[in-house]
Amino acid sequence: MFQVRIHGRGGQGVVTGAEMLSIAAFLQGRHAQAFPSFGSERTGAPVVAFCRIADREIRLREPVLEPDALIIQDPTLLHQVDVFGGLVKEGYILINTAGSFADLGLGDFAKGFRHERLCTVPATELALKHVGRPVPNAALLGGFAALSGIISLDSVAHAIRDKFSGKIADGNIGAASEAYDYVQKEMEELSHA
Amino acid sequence: MLKQTEGSHAVAEAVALCRPEVICAYPISPQTHIVEGLGELVKSGQLQNCEFINVESEFAAMSVAIGASAGGARAYTSTASQGLLFMAEAVYNASGLGLPIVMTLANRAIGAPINIWNDHTDAMSVRDSGWIQLFAETNQEAADLHIQAFRLAEELSIPVMVCMDGFILTHAYERLDIPTQEQVDAYLPPYEPRQVLDPREPVSIGAMVGPEAFMEVRYLAHAKQLQALERIPQLAAEFRTIFGRDSGGLLHTYRCEDAETIVVALGSVLGTVKDTVDEMRDQGVKIGVLGLTSFRPFPLAGVREALQNAQRVVVLEKALAVGIGGIVSTNVRMALSGIHLHGYTVVGGLGGRAITRKALHHHLGLAIEDKLEPVSFLDLNHEVVERELAREREKRRSGPMAENILRDIGVVAAKIS
Repeated sequence: MFQVRIHGRGGQGVVTGAEMLSIAAFLQGRHAQAFPSFGSERTGAPVVAFCRIADREIRLREPVLEPDALIIQDPTLLHQVDVFGGLVKEGYILINTAGSFADLGLGDFAKGFRHERLCTVPATELALKHVGRPVPNAALLGGFAALSGIISLDSVAHAIRDKFSGKIADGNIGAASEAYDYVQKEMEELSHA
Repeated sequence: MLKQTEGSHAVAEAVALCRPEVICAYPISPQTHIVEGLGELVKSGQLQNCEFINVESEFAAMSVAIGASAGGARAYTSTASQGLLFMAEAVYNASGLGLPIVMTLANRAIGAPINIWNDHTDAMSVRDSGWIQLFAETNQEAADLHIQAFRLAEELSIPVMVCMDGFILTHAYERLDIPTQEQVDAYLPPYEPRQVLDPREPVSIGAMVGPEAFMEVRYLAHAKQLQALERIPQLAAEFRTIFGRDSGGLLHTYRCEDAETIVVALGSVLGTVKDTVDEMRDQGVKIGVLGLTSFRPFPLAGVREALQNAQRVVVLEKALAVGIGGIVSTNVRMALSGIHLHGYTVVGGLGGRAITRKALHHHLGLAIEDKLEPVSFLDLNHEVVERELAREREKRRSGPMAENILRDIGVVAAKIS
């Protein structure tokens, strides 16, 4: 079972992001379960959502306490919430920022993990460019498809179309595609580093 | 059709396939998405011959459902928590009158302190109201139980409450199979009311009944629940032949053969319990699970049969009978009259507190060594409780408990679970 935890703030589409991730996995024939954290859901307040992906029925209903991957939609949470809590040693991290792990003050922290599994992507900028609104969830899923390989970009696009229609869907798919390319390039650079 | 969807939306689709004629509801978390979904289906014309009535309160919601059902319409509503309490008088009326209303209860805690998250306190507060209460383990079962609920309610002319865990199920996306209209039509015949307010054949419904007949009318409600004990497994079997999967029934055992310890629970927590039990079985512990789908009627004979060869029973419940401990466990005890075994009540998950495998391993481990208290609380922070008790000892005006405890534990948003 592959477990993902998404951290963000109310209004950033954290819960929708987890739901779309589960739809993308379902489209690839996997079992998937997405659910929101049972915390505050006010705009701007820290929000957590979870997604489990497996090849058999998922019965477990506890929160994701030991994630295989983290998607951090808002880097300002790093100093407020224990976002990295329980992350497995081989885990993936994708952070929404135009900077690097070192820029965020995570240089030393990153040494404890596989560096090629730690990526950043300017998802908010991509969302503003393609959708016109600072909602980074779809772009991050595109980036996550590249980083983890657990879902394809094509499935992410279908999942976006499941939740949105028309121009909003097109824009989000555009943002996800550009984020996919961005992360793939970043990973190539990291593998040479 | 197999799809990945939200539990609430799946329930809305399943209810719509049952061709309800009147839907009335007042929005309350975590039920909201269900009635929003049904509202959209009515408005878009996908659900025909159905009137969606906006009401001003939960009391009105159940009252309108009663009127619609007495008028011969297939009636549906949904609520949770405080909403159920607000309609409580009408809840009793619906069952007392024998009207086959189906209601989804998106299980949620009851305040104060106000809390929108899941536990079973709301369902347990009306357990003796005369409604049938079925608990869903998964979203597939939640959807399927609604189809069975209309059939059962209308056959026996009593109302059925389908309980699904708020947020944990209502807001979870998972894979499930939405049946076809043909399948549902084959299973659920058109509603043929036993009593109806019809101007062509006038009757009155709702007589004042004195001591000369009240006992008999009340006993009939009990007699119908006893009939339901027989019909529920039959309806589940029939469901299987048409829909091709197991859903519903009175109860289900899991790895109970040779089990020395059996955990009893209701609803979505059964999944986490089964995963925990699998891990314990891998370590050689003889442990199993008894999941109750039907809480009213309570399957006394089935529970007795499932538990009678065990050495100990751990009832995990998401409600607290303040002043005694367990509610489900009290019912389980009644099923075990004359059988000697160790019984433990574990209260957990109140107000949405996560029930984790880790906590279950700890408590079940203690139970197996017979070191568990008769009534215990999963992941209760005793230190926080002690500090509040100390504050109360220290000074008379110690202030409001909830505010004191929130101040004591600090920033909640920083926590994952």
